[in-house]
Amino acid sequence: MPGEKSRTHGGALLVSELRVLFRRRRTWAMLAALASIPVLMAVVVRLSAEPPGPGEGPPFLDQVTNNGMFVAVTALVLTTPLFLPLTVAVVSGDAIAGEASLGTLRYLLVAPAGRVRLLVVKYASAVAFCLAASGTVLLTGWAIGAALFGTGEATLLSGDTIGVGDAVVRSLLVGAHVTICMLGLAAVGLFISTLTDAGVGAMAAVAVLTIVAQVLGQLDQLAWLHPWLFTHHWLAFADLLREPIVWTSFMQNALLQAAYVAFFGALAYGRFSTKDVLS
Amino acid sequence: MSATAPAAEQTEATSTELAIETSGLTKKFGQQVAVNGIDLAVPRGAVFGFLGPNGSGKTTTIRVILGLAAATSGSMRVLGRGVPAGLDDALPRVGALIEGPAFYPFLSGADNLRRLDAADRHANPATRDDRVAAALDRVGLAHAARKKARAYSLGMKQRLGIAAALLTPRELLVLDEPTNGLDPQGTREVRSLIRSVAAEGTTVFVSSHLLAEVEQICTHAAIMSVGSLVAQGSLADLRGSGQTVVRVTTPDGEGAVAQLRHLGLDAASVAPPRGAGRDLDVAAVEAPLSGDDPAPEDIVAALVAAGVRVRGFDVEQPSLEDRFVALTGEGFDVAR
Repeated sequence: MPGEKSRTHGGALLVSELRVLFRRRRTWAMLAALASIPVLMAVVVRLSAEPPGPGEGPPFLDQVTNNGMFVAVTALVLTTPLFLPLTVAVVSGDAIAGEASLGTLRYLLVAPAGRVRLLVVKYASAVAFCLAASGTVLLTGWAIGAALFGTGEATLLSGDTIGVGDAVVRSLLVGAHVTICMLGLAAVGLFISTLTDAGVGAMAAVAVLTIVAQVLGQLDQLAWLHPWLFTHHWLAFADLLREPIVWTSFMQNALLQAAYVAFFGALAYGRFSTKDVLS
Repeated sequence: MSATAPAAEQTEATSTELAIETSGLTKKFGQQVAVNGIDLAVPRGAVFGFLGPNGSGKTTTIRVILGLAAATSGSMRVLGRGVPAGLDDALPRVGALIEGPAFYPFLSGADNLRRLDAADRHANPATRDDRVAAALDRVGLAHAARKKARAYSLGMKQRLGIAAALLTPRELLVLDEPTNGLDPQGTREVRSLIRSVAAEGTTVFVSSHLLAEVEQICTHAAIMSVGSLVAQGSLADLRGSGQTVVRVTTPDGEGAVAQLRHLGLDAASVAPPRGAGRDLDVAAVEAPLSGDDPAPEDIVAALVAAGVRVRGFDVEQPSLEDRFVALTGEGFDVAR
């Protein structure tokens, strides 16, 4: 079908999806909660009489007073195990199940949105949220850190000292690592979201999985399983703070997350493309 | 209308076909048979009433036809396209209201429509705002366009759902219980909306358990009962397959029966109509009337001539309701 008449507008759904996501109060509440972490941390450290000694508290906390940029890095370390994945669980678990429980899923499908297209758009918007979430922690961390501690030189784990520009690059890398960590979880959430019509149930299931995976990661008896857990590399960004940068764990994590996206993306497709939509 | 030109060409090619056509359509949920081998034939241009008590399989049928659920067996075509293979081509030409309206409560009415329009990749974003405004206007919601959907009343939501079905020019409109939750005024508005849509040449497939509604607006109807299609055809056909009955109210019941039988009618005493005065000691006598029987006025004359005191005389045309009740059973017994 040549000519303008048959022109399609496939991107409109993604634009609409992002608009719906970022116009929900829930999304902004979650981002605000994430932003409060670096702010709280920086204020507490600033107000305490003694600066934290080396190795005290969360990783890199002792660096915060030297270089405000490290507030961002420390905040990412703090939010990665629980807070950040919780918000990703809400968005990804709600992706399909939320539409089903509202009843809007049937109207999107007869529009027709196309089942595969809808799934891809939902995952893309979850990815956008992962970016926004870690970006929020990073940006607030930078801002509050620079405001309270200024931007001086900082010492890396390898003992080298870096300037402000390098510190920005390093914290950006950590942010990228954390974002990539969430991509596998978002794919798992999308799959779980296709299994049920109850959005809250899907969100809770994804959150529980996150915790279970981290508990399993603590059990030495299951060492053989650890490299396959999507949480395995979540806190493995120390190598990004050495001079020179060691990329091994960053790349291993990226590969693992890609595998999770492929596997659970395929499961979600298999489930959703044949599902009877009765909600 | 240039945007719909390709659709119009397709219509010409398939104009002799049916808008909806199913053959042996069956849907089972586990052991339970929700839809049992139905053969629907909805002619293009018809206003087609899809009747049946609650739980008779109407909504399930609609879900299967629109590709939301897969048929267990059987085949179907919508606007000449096979389901589910051809749905991507058929669905942009179909507007639907399925089992009640559903919206994002945190978006305004207009934004909800924009969202659904964006989901249809054939809908032109350049004309989106205009089409949304026109659809809202058509269902009388222009004043509430910016109001959040959570603040809409049930009737307003129902209208917003119909507006969503009218976002682009459609060849087929599928409306599942469109007057649910509407007040009498709203019900009338929906009826006139359906008439105006049908007048533009759109086929309307409307499911309902309200007979009066269907009888007023439909040209064709099908009746579902416990998952099976028990009757289908034009409204005249459906009514016509019932029997015309003459009914005599008289104090002389036995005389009336004898006289009617003498005229060749299969008369029988029935319970007198309620309120017609059991205290007045009247009897009611009914007899089915067919084409070669005497004219009703001759029957009255014969009765009177024979000394039967006639207090009342009726010729009852079969109504769709009689037909419906005969086929699906009386009362509030929900199927299954």
